[in-house]
Amino acid sequence: MLSRTAASLYWLGRYIERAEFTARLVEATVRLDAMSARPAGEGAWASALAVVTAQKSFAAEGQPVSQKSVSQFLTLDAKYPGSVRCCIDAARDNARAVRTALSRDAWESINRAWLGMHRREKAGGTQATLGLVEGLVTEVRAFEGAMHRMLRNEAHWLMRLGMAVERGDNSARLVDVKYHLLLPEGQSVGGPIDRDQWTTILHTVSAVTAYRWLYRDGLKPASVAEMLILRAEMPRSLAASAEEVVLMLNAIGKLTGRQGEADRIARARQLALTRKDISGIIIGGLHEFLAEYVRGNAMLDTAIASQFRFP
Amino acid sequence: MGIKGAFDELYGVSGGKIPRAGFETLARWLENTGGEELRARQGAAEAAFRQLGITFAVYGDDEAAERIIPFDIVPRLFTAPEWSRLSDGLEQRVRALNAFMADIYGDRRILKEGIVPEELIMANSQFCIPMVGHKPPHGIYTHICGIDLVRTGPDEFYILEDNARTPSGVSYMMENREAMIRLCPELFDLLPVRPVDSYMDSLRAMMISVAPPRAGSNPVCVLLTPGRFNSAYYEHSFLADNVGIELVEAADLQVDDDVVWMMTIEGRKRVDVIYRRIDDDYLDPLVFRPDSMLGVPGLMAAYLSGNVTIVNAPGTGISDDKAIYSYMPEIVRFYAGEEAKLPIVQTWRCREPASLKYVLDHMDELVIKLVDGSGGYGMLVGPTATKKQIADFRVALLAQPYRYIAQPTLALSTVPTLVEEGVAPRHVDFRPFVLSGSNGVSIAPGGLTRVALAKGSLVVNSSQGGGTKDSLVLYGSEAR
Repeated sequence: MLSRTAASLYWLGRYIERAEFTARLVEATVRLDAMSARPAGEGAWASALAVVTAQKSFAAEGQPVSQKSVSQFLTLDAKYPGSVRCCIDAARDNARAVRTALSRDAWESINRAWLGMHRREKAGGTQATLGLVEGLVTEVRAFEGAMHRMLRNEAHWLMRLGMAVERGDNSARLVDVKYHLLLPEGQSVGGPIDRDQWTTILHTVSAVTAYRWLYRDGLKPASVAEMLILRAEMPRSLAASAEEVVLMLNAIGKLTGRQGEADRIARARQLALTRKDISGIIIGGLHEFLAEYVRGNAMLDTAIASQFRFP
Repeated sequence: MGIKGAFDELYGVSGGKIPRAGFETLARWLENTGGEELRARQGAAEAAFRQLGITFAVYGDDEAAERIIPFDIVPRLFTAPEWSRLSDGLEQRVRALNAFMADIYGDRRILKEGIVPEELIMANSQFCIPMVGHKPPHGIYTHICGIDLVRTGPDEFYILEDNARTPSGVSYMMENREAMIRLCPELFDLLPVRPVDSYMDSLRAMMISVAPPRAGSNPVCVLLTPGRFNSAYYEHSFLADNVGIELVEAADLQVDDDVVWMMTIEGRKRVDVIYRRIDDDYLDPLVFRPDSMLGVPGLMAAYLSGNVTIVNAPGTGISDDKAIYSYMPEIVRFYAGEEAKLPIVQTWRCREPASLKYVLDHMDELVIKLVDGSGGYGMLVGPTATKKQIADFRVALLAQPYRYIAQPTLALSTVPTLVEEGVAPRHVDFRPFVLSGSNGVSIAPGGLTRVALAKGSLVVNSSQGGGTKDSLVLYGSEAR
């Protein structure tokens, strides 16, 4: 496979994943803000911006923080590169460059997602915003479905590799921001707002029922953190993402007969996660742990790029 | 219905009343289906094309950076005898074109015998000097040739233009058929239509057949595209995908010691055959345009040392030059030893004083074209031009008469087409695709039919508002 093609596929995976994450973040925040019994107000939107580290970019546009302004910014802003629109533009651009490596269905779902967004000007109120992000999530699901029906070859693995790397990054940022916003000094979760806030996190990673299934004793921050960090059966956890990265690199290595720095880093990261427990992580400082994880992810990304000779 | 004086391929000259022999089934289908149903199906087809991203970019048109070419749901039909006559003529012509190029880049017999004027070749900007004395692998120059034809009567086909460089449009032949089968499946029950999808297999077989001998039985073939911002990028990716070869950009290729390599995740891999969809000028900055960022430095050297085959060969542009076109009957006679089976349109070469005088006297009746123009640009259609357009064109023509040829306006055939006011006749042309390899010549039973959607218009170019139709070729009385 051409190195240029490999890079496009990897980035296609990353952008699709990022688009979906941001869309879900908006969706969950709409629920938290407008649909809970006691609206959380602009605090909810400020924290959504913090999850994707977009506070500065948002402030530069000079708008007050509100449901309308932040939804608009995170979904449709053409200047903020992390907006759903920009991610889908970038995903489609990469997909166009590798049309030959994608199945028709996979390309069509990306193109449909793009057609659904590129002429839209306003995200609108809560209902309209929910409609927009739900439509996007549907197309991403269609893309994943099509991807899983593609030939099991480098193209397939590289897209999934990009998605896994991005997914770990997103989950880490989400837990980091929410944990500190919501649990200032080791307090336990109690009142109804807290419950709503924690449910929001689970919504963002579509794990509300999964949580209930795994932890029958109610919402606890440490359990939520454990699920999102260490439980490999939870697809969006850091552990699952680390495992998927190793699997994908192995699959590519088997085909090309080569392994390298990226394989080594990925295995070390996976192993490190299996040796941790949540109380240790919290005592040692959750924020420090997550920040270290995000840094490690960036190193992994660099190693992947050089191992496959991305242009 | 009917456009005065024009031959309709479905209804002949009956004015839309009586279908021609062999066309009754299609006429009945058209009548029974009705305009409204056709319009609904056509809408569905266009939505599907947009979803697939079968788009076409028109240079200098920002708004429509991605536009689909209008698709017309009413197909055009060729009967088996019509097709067999056409394909005989096409094969003869393409063989002659290849022989012609082997000659002018080789012994130049045709010039020595004075059949084609020497300065027309030697002073031609399309004459590729690095190709002189070089014999391409298996002696084939134009491996993929798209020949534009027009029709004026039941048996009157004329060659309008030979696209011997990098003809485009074959993806429309495939996708239009796909759309027709999906939207009008009953039509394929009613009519014994020959499938077009063999084109991809033929294309692959042709590429393998022209690989350098050292490549063995499994040569590495690639398609070289200028990139995803090119107007025909969809077609490039479509072809690479369906033939099962890598779609590469110049930056993916590297020439080392006269061998072409492509950069892959496993290191570099040797390339044997390049189906290039970029012009000669952009192939290799060391030989052609030094300012080009598109090319692969060293590619021509690798080609001339026989380490890689370029499809189509550099320098094929010489044979689709419109001034050379006017000599095609002589060229075919010279190499084939027989008369051309497909005639050309009568052509006045403005480089000849007597012809120029005739053209200047009859500007309002003629179509005048740049010899090296394409896409309908730099062209005057006399009968529909305003007085001012004619006057302006006369100035350009007088300034550089050798750059122009003129042809009579033909009463192009029409095919019923779905337009605003219903089903009405519109003028069409036709581009079949001819493949030449060391395994012989093959022609897919179909092609690209382009239709001028504006009433009375003769300009079918997609860059100027033309549309496309499916072209159905029927099986003969022999078994299907």
